[in-house]
Amino acid sequence: MSAKTHDTHTAHAHATHDHHDDAGHGTLRGYLTGFGLSVILTAIPFWLVMGDVLGDKQLTGIIIMVFAAVQIVVHMIFFLHMNTRAEDGWNMMGLIFTVIILVIVLAGSLWVMYHLNTNMMPQHDMSQMP
Amino acid sequence: MTMATISAKDEAPVFYQLDEHPHAEGSSTMLGFWLYLMSDCLIFAILFATYGVLGANYAAGPAPKDLFDLSLVAVNTAMLLFSSITYGFAMLAMVKGRVAQVQAWLLVTGLFGLAFIGIELYEFAHMIHEGATPQRSAFLSSFFALVGTHGLHVSFGIVWLVTLMVQVARYGLIAANQRRLMCLSMFWHFLDVIWIGVFTFVYLMGMLR
Repeated sequence: MSAKTHDTHTAHAHATHDHHDDAGHGTLRGYLTGFGLSVILTAIPFWLVMGDVLGDKQLTGIIIMVFAAVQIVVHMIFFLHMNTRAEDGWNMMGLIFTVIILVIVLAGSLWVMYHLNTNMMPQHDMSQMP
Repeated sequence: MTMATISAKDEAPVFYQLDEHPHAEGSSTMLGFWLYLMSDCLIFAILFATYGVLGANYAAGPAPKDLFDLSLVAVNTAMLLFSSITYGFAMLAMVKGRVAQVQAWLLVTGLFGLAFIGIELYEFAHMIHEGATPQRSAFLSSFFALVGTHGLHVSFGIVWLVTLMVQVARYGLIAANQRRLMCLSMFWHFLDVIWIGVFTFVYLMGMLR
C-alpha cells in the first residue's frame, strides 16, 4: 500500500468517467437488431400457443420458456446495453446477485409450495366439507 | 500502513489521501439507478413467485382460458415493444443533440405507453365486469397484483416521460437532462423485460394449463 495504489485508483476512476460518456447509448444498428430479434422471439411463442402447433402442452411450455429467456438476454444486450465493462463490472455484479436471489426465490417457492400442496391435499378436500 | 511509514526512515514521507476524492456530479447515477432496477426486479420476482404458487387455485372460479384473450395480449406486447424501439431512437437523437427529434420520439414512446395502459385497463375492466375481480380467487389476486404492479410502473414511466419532455423543452439537452433520459431509458427497457416474463409466464403458460 503506497502512493502507487492511490495513483492507479485515480487513473481507474478517470477511466470510469471517460468511459461513461460513450456507454449506454447504443447504435441504430444495435437497436434495430434487438428489435428484429425481439419481434421474432415474441411472435413464435404466440404462434405456438395460439395455433396449438405442437399439440403437446408440456413441450410448448418448455419451448416458450426458452424463447422468453433468450429474449430477456437479447433485451439486456441490445436495449439495456449490458456488458461486463460498464461501471467496472459493477453493473454485471449487481445483475448476477439479483439473478441468484431471483432463482432462489422462484425455484424455492415453487418447489416448497408444490410439495406442501401435494402433502397437505387430503386434509383439505373441500368437497368433503359439510 | 503506519508501520511501513515509521520503519522506512530513509524514504521520503508518504501521505495518504483519506478523504473520498471528488466525483463529477451524477457520475454514480447510472450505477445507482441500475441497483434500483435490480431491487425492483426482486419485487417482481416475489410477485412472480406468488403467482407461480397461487396461479392454479381458481376456487371454482374462472381459469385463464375463460378470461385471457391472447390476440389482445399480442397487441399489447407489440405496443410495449414498439415503445422500446422508439425510446431507443430518442436516445440516438439525444446523442446527436437534436432536441426536436428527441421530443418527437419521446412523444411517440409516450403514446405507445398510453396505448399499452389503455388496452390493459380495458382488459381489467372486461374481467371485472365478468365477475373476475381480485377477490374472486387466489389466482386472480396474484394475477392482478403482478400485472397491476407492472401496469403501475408503466404509468409512472409515462408521468416521468412527460416530466422529462417539459424539462427538455425548457432547458434543452443539458448534461442533467441527458442523464435523466438515460435513467428513464433503462427503466423503460427494464419494464419491457418484465413484460416478457408476464406474457410468457402468465398469459401463454396460463392458456396452456
